[in-house]
Amino acid sequence: MSLLVDETTQDHQDPQAQIGGDHRIPDQSRAARTRSFDVDAFGVPTGREEEWRFTPVDRLAGLFSDAATDDREGDAAADVAVQALDGVTVGTLAPGQAPRGTVLVPEDRGAAVASANTGQALHVAIAAEAELSQPVRVDVTGRGAGRRSNGHVVLEAGAHSKALVILDHTGAADHTGNLEVLVGDGAEVTVVSLQRWDDEALHLAQHEALVGRDATYKHIAVSIGGGIVRMNSNVRYAGPGGDATLLGVYFADAGQHLEHRSFVDHNAPRCTSLVTYKGALQGDTARTVWVGDVLIRAEAEGIDTYELNRNLVLTDGARADSVPNLEIETGDIAGAGHASSTGRFDDEQLFYLMSRGITEDEARRLVVRGFFADIIAKIGVPEVVETLMTAIDEELSLTMGRTPAA
Amino acid sequence: MTTLEIKNLQVSVETEDSAKEILKGVDLTINSDETHAIMGPNGSGKSTLAYAVAGHPKYTVTGGQVLLDGEDVLAMGVDERAQAGLFLAMQYPVEVPGVTVSNFLRTAKTSIDGEAPKLRHWVKDVKGAMEALRMDPAFAERNVNEGFSGGEKKRHEILQMELIEPKIAILDETDSGLDVDALKVVSEGVNRVKDKTGLGVMLITHYTRILRYIQPDYVHVFVNGRVAESGGRDLADRLEEEGYDRFLTAGV
Repeated sequence: MSLLVDETTQDHQDPQAQIGGDHRIPDQSRAARTRSFDVDAFGVPTGREEEWRFTPVDRLAGLFSDAATDDREGDAAADVAVQALDGVTVGTLAPGQAPRGTVLVPEDRGAAVASANTGQALHVAIAAEAELSQPVRVDVTGRGAGRRSNGHVVLEAGAHSKALVILDHTGAADHTGNLEVLVGDGAEVTVVSLQRWDDEALHLAQHEALVGRDATYKHIAVSIGGGIVRMNSNVRYAGPGGDATLLGVYFADAGQHLEHRSFVDHNAPRCTSLVTYKGALQGDTARTVWVGDVLIRAEAEGIDTYELNRNLVLTDGARADSVPNLEIETGDIAGAGHASSTGRFDDEQLFYLMSRGITEDEARRLVVRGFFADIIAKIGVPEVVETLMTAIDEELSLTMGRTPAA
Repeated sequence: MTTLEIKNLQVSVETEDSAKEILKGVDLTINSDETHAIMGPNGSGKSTLAYAVAGHPKYTVTGGQVLLDGEDVLAMGVDERAQAGLFLAMQYPVEVPGVTVSNFLRTAKTSIDGEAPKLRHWVKDVKGAMEALRMDPAFAERNVNEGFSGGEKKRHEILQMELIEPKIAILDETDSGLDVDALKVVSEGVNRVKDKTGLGVMLITHYTRILRYIQPDYVHVFVNGRVAESGGRDLADRLEEEGYDRFLTAGV
């Protein structure tokens, strides 16, 4: 028996406070989307396509062009620094050199461009049964706004290995970045992707994972900086018993477009997935998009999935779009549900806290931190939590003293 | 010794097309150690008085004064009023998801005192106050008012009052929705704070029931945005017998 729960109706939300809620049903299955290494298989997006309709494609022309990375003599478009300890082998992979390309096949033009223009992908291999005591760090530092940068990282975690990998984006560039993750059987892998770009940075990303039998995969997207960030975090399974958690936290200011898309392809029996994205928005033209696709194929018996997106609009002029899509091809599942809501900052909460002597700034901080509290507890990586809390406080200090959303 | 003076207070609330006047000149003086019961029928403006004194942005003061020991309360922000010693126990306390009671209480105490409470004393104080209000210790780790029963919300309001130690407290229908046991626990809490700190209390209620547990020094009948009659304890007893009909007909 399938169980479809739309929690939206259970929320104490004024329907008029729901901004940009959109439950349009796509005209084709998510599985039918074009996948190709050939850049020309994808036209240049016009914004009329279903999967590009929220994105300011007119600002992304540079990233859609099939162009090489703008490396100059002694001056890379983006520096890539890898830190890894014992149990980790770092190398490179040419196009077609396995495991590169076995998991990630580009699903849009940005990813195809990244793939085609990365001659040597970074290959990070974690030995089977290695339990890393320190995170693997991959720092991508953009060296200039408008400079083209293409990247492709292949993360291969051996069977029963245990690892935390932090991909940290800072500086500015026009960056297309692919991440391909092979989670070996019984492995436990957490990938954190931090988008801490400068304001002028543009970033398109496809992060694609194949979760092995009885393996656990957690992908955490944290997007704070960047003019445009559009990240696809996708998962499918190599066998039964896999568990995937896709988390996202974002905070958009005026002029920022932060878009997160997730796709869980339940193609194996008895797997589980949990998708949770939460975001805050402030300032005129601040824009966020979340599109969560889940496909439960006929063979995915006994699976359990839930996806949730919540947005908190702190000031007027910001807009959040939230679109959950659930396709179910078998009734024989343990559970499937989704919830999505977008609400304005609640002035009654502010009044309540202030009536206890708490200043307005502190009260806003409490409410926003409280909004993110449950997802922060799920992240479970102290270093990332600390970075995130600091970033949230910095974001809030930008609008302190401004009038909240009416 | 603290004095809250409300002088000829006039308050309106914005409706869709016009401002509606709710308080039409309220005069009331509350000193430390005094308990003033404000009684009246629904819609008479009792809660508006509470929220206006606390500074809720929905209400606009169109005339009159509110002074706390001579200081102009109406010129203060909501947080400043609390810092000056005013406390409002709300009829419908607000849920704050993701903020634990313990974090909230500590933040409030720090804001009121201007410095963080000494940890050892604070933990003991919170534990003691919660025990006295017969609250489970696990309560401290729940989110503020989230999923609280009606009785839990009211106990939580009184818990805050015990820990913040205001000079003047306005209790807005703290008795509504409580069963007798909870009413006793909450009333004991109010009396405890009064005995300990000399709190002045404005007790807003629709029913006389709570006055069996909290002794009022003065009773004011509130009708149509004004104090229609003031008296002592006996006025409450008369209301118990006669209801508000006498005032409602007189008001028309």
